[in-house]
Amino acid sequence: MTTTEQPQEYKVIGTRPIRHDGLDKVIGKALYGGDMKLPGLVWGAVLRSPHAHADIKRIDTSKASAAPGVLAVMTGADMPVAESIELETGEEVTNLAHASLKLMAHGRVTYKGHPVAAVAAVDHNTALEALKLIDVEYEVLKPVLTVDEAVAEGAPLVLPDHVGNDLGEKRRGTNVADHFRHEFGDPAKGFSEATVIVEREFSLTMVHQGYIEPHNATALWKSDGKIEVWTSTQGAFGVRSALAPILQVPETDIKVTPMEIGGGFGGKINIYLEPLSAILSKKAGRPVKIVMDRKSIFEATGPTPGGRIRVKMGANDAGEITAAEVDLYYEAGAYPGSPVGAGAMCSLACYRVPNSRIDGWDILVNKPKTAAYRAPGATQAAFAVESVVDEVCRRLGMDPIEFRLLNGVKEGDRRADGPVYPRVGNLEQLQALKESPHYASQLDKVTEDGKLRGRGVANGFWFNGGMQSTVTINVNSDGEVGLVEGSVDIGGTRASVAMQAAEVLGLRAEEVHPVVVDTDSVGYTDVTGGSRTANATGYAAYLAAHNVITAMKERAAILWEISADDIQFADGVFSSESDSELSISFKELAGKLTETGGPLAASGSIRQRGSGGGFGAHLVDVEVDPETGKVDVIRYTAAQDVGKAIHPSYVEGQIQGGATQGIGWALNEEYFWTDEGTMQNSTFLDYRMPTSLDLPMIDTILTEVPNPTHPFGVRGVGETPIIAPVGAVANAIADATGARLTEAPMKPSRVLKAVKAVEEHNGRS
Amino acid sequence: MPTLFIPIHMRRHTGGADRVEVGGATLREALNEAGTLHPALINEVVQGDRIRPGLAAVIDGEQTVEGLRSKLRSDSEIHFLRPISGG
Repeated sequence: MTTTEQPQEYKVIGTRPIRHDGLDKVIGKALYGGDMKLPGLVWGAVLRSPHAHADIKRIDTSKASAAPGVLAVMTGADMPVAESIELETGEEVTNLAHASLKLMAHGRVTYKGHPVAAVAAVDHNTALEALKLIDVEYEVLKPVLTVDEAVAEGAPLVLPDHVGNDLGEKRRGTNVADHFRHEFGDPAKGFSEATVIVEREFSLTMVHQGYIEPHNATALWKSDGKIEVWTSTQGAFGVRSALAPILQVPETDIKVTPMEIGGGFGGKINIYLEPLSAILSKKAGRPVKIVMDRKSIFEATGPTPGGRIRVKMGANDAGEITAAEVDLYYEAGAYPGSPVGAGAMCSLACYRVPNSRIDGWDILVNKPKTAAYRAPGATQAAFAVESVVDEVCRRLGMDPIEFRLLNGVKEGDRRADGPVYPRVGNLEQLQALKESPHYASQLDKVTEDGKLRGRGVANGFWFNGGMQSTVTINVNSDGEVGLVEGSVDIGGTRASVAMQAAEVLGLRAEEVHPVVVDTDSVGYTDVTGGSRTANATGYAAYLAAHNVITAMKERAAILWEISADDIQFADGVFSSESDSELSISFKELAGKLTETGGPLAASGSIRQRGSGGGFGAHLVDVEVDPETGKVDVIRYTAAQDVGKAIHPSYVEGQIQGGATQGIGWALNEEYFWTDEGTMQNSTFLDYRMPTSLDLPMIDTILTEVPNPTHPFGVRGVGETPIIAPVGAVANAIADATGARLTEAPMKPSRVLKAVKAVEEHNGRS
Repeated sequence: MPTLFIPIHMRRHTGGADRVEVGGATLREALNEAGTLHPALINEVVQGDRIRPGLAAVIDGEQTVEGLRSKLRSDSEIHFLRPISGG
């Protein structure tokens, strides 16, 4: 670990206690949505479109409704399209009409796997059999499957009534849902000052988050009209907000309980099954559970977009970037809302670019509506920009980290979309990577068996969110405390939030007992996502703990019959400033609550600002088999400015996980489509994610430049580490082979083709 | 004076100007003053008593959490960007 600014001394923060939820998860006792059991529980199942684009001419559910054991059948007729209004759901803005159409088709299906009907039956098999009895007549339409097809003259329209936005002008009859631009300086002038200009175009396919636990939802529509939902989600309050207008009930009539979550990575922010379970429950008069199968997860939830990206960058002889242009064409899926906005804002965010233009296009295609995936949109952009930066470095003969240090942003520099950076740790983490043993090591370029080795570097930026959180702390008579929070625990946040409370209260982490509760039992809390939870919910815990201390001082004042103003708290002990004989530990005082006024609980709530952003630079060595095109990662180091690592093990784990997912994106993972818009590899056997057997240990370097808006300096961690890997691997392959790959994934067939092209070129020259 | 940076898709309301210098101690006051110069700009930014959904105001590098009530310095920079979705 590299610490660049002297931190305050802490007793709990920075240590590595065992996570509070660890044992239950290790021994299989933690309760996930699939474990739900309720009296009278029945199963739901969903009938999905076999076509990517088709009109529904007729649906006949009569046979299914009459089948033994079937309790309810629903179609779009049972789920009216929500009003077309924009709803802010945490960090995103969602059009409710699109959100409800996505979940249940009305007259037209717009992606393969689009739900067209659902049933509830006494058991899972009966529900699945009943689906076969539903007769749907389709008129198949030509699907639009790529951004190029979508913008071609005469392309079929994915949403014929949609009005697109083109730089502020409304456009009808287009698959371009949105086109926007950021521009600073004079790019033409900047390129005229460059001595090296590199321009490349890149393409990517859709990639899935690949969480292990399937989506699931159990709902009970009660006789009094109230609805209870148990689901696997990153944010229970977001589920409630999205569900209410779709079910057309008041939000507070819905109680959402977040179950344990087996991975989300952004893919479990949106709702999919919850409204179907609720409507089936209303019709059946029973609680209904639906668990999604893996094929449907791939086909009908929210992957991150593929698309096309063009980057042009110029630099002068001194190695200074003089201008850059980026054009990003992202697949939105069948409804507007790809992460192209974030991709655009992140694309040049690591660099000081005096003259820049960035254009983004959000493009409708007949594929599943895209959703967030760790630093949404940024990895695609970084693959393109970091590849071009690497080529600029090679043309200039500059060390890739030196170039990034020379041009890297710091406090006071302007991001290419406008805002000026506050204190950030970009240069510090780059310097740490430069000084790493990995970067100092020599790499033999050819192995004894003829494999080619190369080294690549890339950098990445993500905003790291703040947003809203609430924590309540209950003081127990034994001096330990319960910590009630609304943040679903995906990556160890029970521990990191509890540790921040423990630090304030002078307790051990194990003496704070965190519990994640339902929407009726804690104040509003936004999603666990956006790398915000350790920051914002941790801050709420900090505030709650301080409120506990303030209240405990009042209790000590009652006990000692002095003014609370005379009482101080340090190292877990309350004492009188004026009378050194008066002191009592937190635990002792907790045992006297009953005689000093009764139970004590205190809350903290915050709408936290951002964090200034996080930067992460990655260094990778690869080995390429020139006979097969197979690429092996043989050494990997990831540096990142994390602000303050509350629990270093979980920070390291986040970075290792992000890097691993990024390596999978670089080398293997892709949605492989037929011409009809069917994903052909919708299983984990064929959708190839890396396992521990595929990768070396991911070494991490934690750089700590504290976030000035957080009392402990937390910046957030989880998203930044997925940004750099694809570009870093591409640069390493280029270093090994001389071949610049511009399509991801860089699978063996593409690598082999590129290597052979280089060999042929070298043979001719 | 505080400076409003005008996104490209709103510049048709400012005669093409990419930034507007205005007075005001809060974002609301600054926008009100900008509105006297460029009336159509306000509807692009404000909806009722709040910043329009789908838009985030970033003041001096930080996304504001106080909305139109956000305090401004005399040299504040205000940018209107897309709210960021995270994973």
